[in-house]
Amino acid sequence: MNQFPDFRDPRAARIVLSRIAELATGQPHRKFMEICGGHTHSIYRHGLEELLPQNVELVHGPGCPVCVIPMGRIDDAIYIASQPNVVFCCFGDMLRVPGGKLNLLEARARGADIRVVYSPMDVLTIAEREPERDIVFLAVGFETTTPSTAVTVLEARRRKLSNYFVMSNHIRIVPAIKAILDSKDLDLDGFIGPGHVGTVLGNHPYEFVASEYGKPLVTAGFEPLDILESVMRLLAQKAVGRCEVENQYTRAVRDAGNPVAIGVIDKVFTVRPHFEWRGLGSIEHSALMFRDDFAEFDAELRYSVPGIQIADPKSCQCGEVLRGAIRPWECKVFGTACTPETPIGTCMVSSEGACAAYYNYGRFNKSPRIPVTAV
Amino acid sequence: MCVGIPAMIISINNDKAFSAIVDVEGVRREANIALLADPADPVREGDWVLLHVGFAMSKLDEAEARSTLEFIRALGSVYDEEVEALRVQD
Amino acid sequence: MGHDAAGRERLHARIEKWRRRPMRLHDEVITTAHGAGGKASQALLNSVVFPAFEMTGAAMDGAVLQVTPKHDLVMTTDSFVVTPRKFPGGSIARLAVNGTVNDLAVMGAIPRWLSVAFVLEEGLPISEFRDTVAEIALAATEARVGIVTGDTKVVGRGAADGLYVTTTGIGVRQHGIKLGPSEVQPDDVVLVSGNIGDHGIAVIQARGELDLVSDVSSDCAALHTLVGDLLVSGANVRWMRDPTRGGVASSMNELAMDAELGVRLREENLPVSRTVHGVCELLGLDPLYVANEGKLLAVVSPETADKALTSLKDHELGRNSSIIGVITSENPGIVVLETLFGGTRVVDMLVGDPLPRIC
Repeated sequence: MNQFPDFRDPRAARIVLSRIAELATGQPHRKFMEICGGHTHSIYRHGLEELLPQNVELVHGPGCPVCVIPMGRIDDAIYIASQPNVVFCCFGDMLRVPGGKLNLLEARARGADIRVVYSPMDVLTIAEREPERDIVFLAVGFETTTPSTAVTVLEARRRKLSNYFVMSNHIRIVPAIKAILDSKDLDLDGFIGPGHVGTVLGNHPYEFVASEYGKPLVTAGFEPLDILESVMRLLAQKAVGRCEVENQYTRAVRDAGNPVAIGVIDKVFTVRPHFEWRGLGSIEHSALMFRDDFAEFDAELRYSVPGIQIADPKSCQCGEVLRGAIRPWECKVFGTACTPETPIGTCMVSSEGACAAYYNYGRFNKSPRIPVTAV
Repeated sequence: MCVGIPAMIISINNDKAFSAIVDVEGVRREANIALLADPADPVREGDWVLLHVGFAMSKLDEAEARSTLEFIRALGSVYDEEVEALRVQD
Repeated sequence: MGHDAAGRERLHARIEKWRRRPMRLHDEVITTAHGAGGKASQALLNSVVFPAFEMTGAAMDGAVLQVTPKHDLVMTTDSFVVTPRKFPGGSIARLAVNGTVNDLAVMGAIPRWLSVAFVLEEGLPISEFRDTVAEIALAATEARVGIVTGDTKVVGRGAADGLYVTTTGIGVRQHGIKLGPSEVQPDDVVLVSGNIGDHGIAVIQARGELDLVSDVSSDCAALHTLVGDLLVSGANVRWMRDPTRGGVASSMNELAMDAELGVRLREENLPVSRTVHGVCELLGLDPLYVANEGKLLAVVSPETADKALTSLKDHELGRNSSIIGVITSENPGIVVLETLFGGTRVVDMLVGDPLPRIC
């Protein structure tokens, strides 16, 4: 059986780590932000951070679409899920995100018909099998996932489904990156760029990071070798004072992205004037809603959600973690009042949240760093 | 950001629009290939694609993958050659 | 790494202190997380069950009842509620026998007698009940246990997912056998008897909700002969467990907490079949947390580790056995995994249901 080339080869990793060590020697302390939650997860899962030189620090950014959902939106979701005759479908990650009082898992325990799906298309199958119920899908994600929702909506129209609705929480990566760059309390040297969003948008939308803000960005894949090679490339740029947007994930990301995917997003969705992000406040043009032409699928119109904004608990510092201003362990409630089983904020719930990743994978007294020997 | 993994197209479903069966390490699942519906470069059996929430997002270029890996591995030998060259100089 | 190392150490100490507090129950209603075998399950037991019965965690695995100067009876009970009731490689019937047989075996007891209690849902076809009972009888014969008593109840339509089974098992072991977390010492070796994650993946697939097709089969099996061979092999066995829901990770975490020692696993030595690995990648699951129903975890002394491995591999159920880690005095209470790259990460106890990670 064919195997796609493996990007987890430990020997190759040691080679890249040697180069990283070389390049980092003599450089000042470098802070690179990896924007995607998927990168955060991969870094911690494979224990990559401790293999980097002391002066190379990885900062975790807000690219975890589950993490940035404010509590009020969860309450809206629970409101919809609790309406009579509703079957509420979502991805698994969403079940334990805290709302004002409950999360979706608890709402299910109290009688709401909430079901986990793997793919947005699975929701159509449910809608067809249960025509007497109203099926609502909680759509979450950056531009990687938005095209899938859009295709599903188009398919629902083609199949003439009248019992299928979507609550859109789709968000856009570029405004998030801008918000980080505009943030005063950060001092980043470069970015490990979103790889899977890149398969949709291509590399060009990130150009402004280098051209307007003077920071290099390397669009990276998610395997350990991808991440390590990207760190190496960032250090190489810094070493000679270059500032460019590079593509490390060439096997999946083309410069022009995926025009079909971009087209289908644009056909179904339009940009909301502003949208509340957990911890980052309101960001303009950062999220998507249905175009008028597709209003019949909009769950928020059908169900008149309360739409109440709930302030994060006072002790919650998710916002600072999402912006990279503090590290997870610097949050006052990290590991004590806020743990994966008693999360105060979403950074601790989502498996890609920086806090969950650190708590689940990184948190313990490590033995002295294993010296990286040249291969 | 989101889980995306390499999957190989095993068969294209002629009866259902934009549907294919993909294989991930011996596991098979239906995948939607609407996002790869480029008439100039259609998806074929044997192609590798990036699979995310049941959708094929992008074709994975196997040759490009190999070339990335070779590049990385070659870094090691370049390094060794440099070290060797330094040693010879001594 | 290494920024404010002293501050981080203080934080780790604070977290560990917090972690050792009895897990608190915050919920007002039962959720599926309480059945997953991880932290929520523990919280429920610690808060509600143990205090009422004056029990400790050890008693939930099995009770040791001394009856004669030379022999103890070991007693254990388990309920089986799996859906679907039949899946590749197994069924609720076979689980009902093997699950309880295994719980007795890992306590060093020879399984002898089972009771079987059924809760049947109105509308269940009698032919299915007949087949289930026949399968139980067959599994019992194969495991050399006698089904000696039982009960049957019927509940209204919609109340029991078809059929629930509870089996209580009694086994016999010599008095004075030393097995348990208190026997485990630093440098002891951890072994597993074969591929992990098969059962959980087989069930997920059989449920059909995630639309996967693969050849994964449950590893449902009775382990008492595998255990028996190990115990007479000359290996110095300190502790055994059959990792079920919550996977190898949960069992290792329980051991680490109970023994107040650390566990250090090596990723490259974890036996995982290619297809299980594929499904886990697809769904964002970690095989360490996926249920098994026919695997043995054993901790043995370092000098006898090779003997133990040979003994397991000689048995047909242990062909893929592997040494997967060691017990350490560092990081007591924590399970650590050495990744393929030489990095390390914590393998924490499961929080709720292993939700397929998607996004």
